[in-house]
Amino acid sequence: MSMVNPGFNARGAWAIYVRELMRAMRTAFQSLVAPVLTTSLYFIVFGSAIGSRMQAVGGVDYGAFIVPGLLLLTLLSESTSNASFGIYMPRFTGTIYELLSAPVGVVETLVGFVGAAATKSLILAGIILLTATFFVDYHIAHPILAIGYIMLVASAFSLFGFILGIWADNFEKLGIIPVLILTPLTFLGGTFYSISMLPEPWRSLALVNPIVYLVNGLRWTFYGSSDVNIWISFGLTMGFLLICTLVISFIFRTGWRLRT
Amino acid sequence: MSEPILEISGLTKVYAGGFKALESVDLTIAKGEIFALLGPNGAGKTTLIGAVCGMVRPTSGTIRAFGNDLAHNWRSARARIGLVPQELSTDMFETVRRAVTFSRGLFGCPNDPARIEEILRSLSLWDKRDAQIRMLSGGMKRRVLIAKALAHDPELLFLDEPTAGVDVELRRDMWRQIDKLRDQGVTVILTTHYIEEAEEMADRVGVIRDGKLLMVDDKDAMMARLGRTEAHITLAAPLAEIPPAIAAFPVHLAKDGTELCYRGGDGTGLGKREVADLTKMLTAQGIDYIGIDIHESSLEDIFVGLVEDRV
Ligand SMILES: Nc1ncnc2c1ncn2[C@@H]1O[C@H](COP(=O)(O)OP(=O)(O)OP(=O)(O)O)[C@@H](O)[C@H]1O
Ligand SMILES: [Mg+2]
Repeated sequence: MSMVNPGFNARGAWAIYVRELMRAMRTAFQSLVAPVLTTSLYFIVFGSAIGSRMQAVGGVDYGAFIVPGLLLLTLLSESTSNASFGIYMPRFTGTIYELLSAPVGVVETLVGFVGAAATKSLILAGIILLTATFFVDYHIAHPILAIGYIMLVASAFSLFGFILGIWADNFEKLGIIPVLILTPLTFLGGTFYSISMLPEPWRSLALVNPIVYLVNGLRWTFYGSSDVNIWISFGLTMGFLLICTLVISFIFRTGWRLRT
Repeated sequence: MSEPILEISGLTKVYAGGFKALESVDLTIAKGEIFALLGPNGAGKTTLIGAVCGMVRPTSGTIRAFGNDLAHNWRSARARIGLVPQELSTDMFETVRRAVTFSRGLFGCPNDPARIEEILRSLSLWDKRDAQIRMLSGGMKRRVLIAKALAHDPELLFLDEPTAGVDVELRRDMWRQIDKLRDQGVTVILTTHYIEEAEEMADRVGVIRDGKLLMVDDKDAMMARLGRTEAHITLAAPLAEIPPAIAAFPVHLAKDGTELCYRGGDGTGLGKREVADLTKMLTAQGIDYIGIDIHESSLEDIFVGLVEDRV
């Protein structure tokens, strides 16, 4: 007989976390090779080929300058898609019945699904940073802060992906937000350039793009310089994380798209 | 009745489109009993189970499990409830053992390989423990779902049509399995379309139709009351009324008096004996007949009888 702590079912959360990571291992090749290959191509083209003809940006070599942005680009899309697929698939195949009937609530579910998605992102980030060393020279000024910030961003966007996975009721919807919103915003978010290079009004306009703050936040932990106030970056990330958490607890309280 | 394990009162479910799938259902299940919920397609059986197990949000009504309101004590209550769903839904790429181990953890139990082995062996799945679930046959997949539901040793087990799509041998196997659970003191609530299944296993039977629980009774009492044997005797000449000599039998005239209909029996062979007696009596009375059609009534017939009785 099972005696579950009435407040938190740690074993349940752990079971979900492990299962989700196992599931990723089954497809480890696809889930790692694709993003690593893509990022490597960026490093080759922008870092080595074009980068060698570019001026240094704010004292940082162009090849190195784009590392944090590219890392963030991958982090955002992978965290979002990992978490959204993680919860969408059980809804789609009907296996969600087991979660709904189990003694797990919003906290266990988030620790399990979002924790696993964020873990995958962290592993990916490590591999990408390692890959980058083959193409460009870079160093990280504040490694601890960088790891912390990467974890923060990975968690926030895994939460965001989790919401997408609950909201979507078909595969098209699952892919539409990343393609229509996330990708354009990240490309325009100062991954490949400093916004100080932009002419007005584009420069002011760029400051409305939240991704600019994320990229610059991470870049600051790498090189100690940023286009924007890094406290805004930090606050924005925390705020996004908080909003996503609130939305998810609301979803669980009402059972929206989960229970009929 | 012994201590209740589940008390449902005034349970109503109106789905988003406005469809009323359950209407003020009251049901109390005693600890240790095997309860069969009988009903045709769309009666609301799965909805009822869903409301208890957390897939369906009740529109109104209360559900108490193990003496506590489910709305407040859901976490500890769910840890003691198991569910085998109607649909074969599980991660098809997982291996059998991993799937069952996951379920045990999900429900808050410490990992216990020996217990998992025991469960898999009891369901004849041990040989397939390292096979991916997608490679198993339909009947085996269903047993995997049962193993998953048993992984945390629930005290209250829901089986939503456990024998759908299962061959005769496996069905008997499943019945034995449920008997074993009964011996262990597990309370079982199962749904089925098959009256013989309810007959074979259940202590009590509930009949549900159009979201309403029409009756709940001891199986034996219900069998006796509803009658299971139906006979249609085609008469050589029409009768104007039932002759007094056979009026004691549960019979009525149909087709303008050319057919004598019997509906009775209690599922133990009484019906067949009565029909035999009836025909002898007809012969003795000099009432000639040219055909007899006798059959055990299907669940649907019983429903018809039940609804007619009510009107
Ligand atoms: N999510 C839903 N939204 C709207 N209506 C639903 C939903 N789920 C079930 N229903 C309806 O509620 C009624 C009861 O369905 P339910 O699945 O509980 O029946 P059932 O007794 O389990 O039937 P079966 O024997 O076919 O499994 C049906 O008419 C069904 O169409
Ligand atoms: Mg059903």
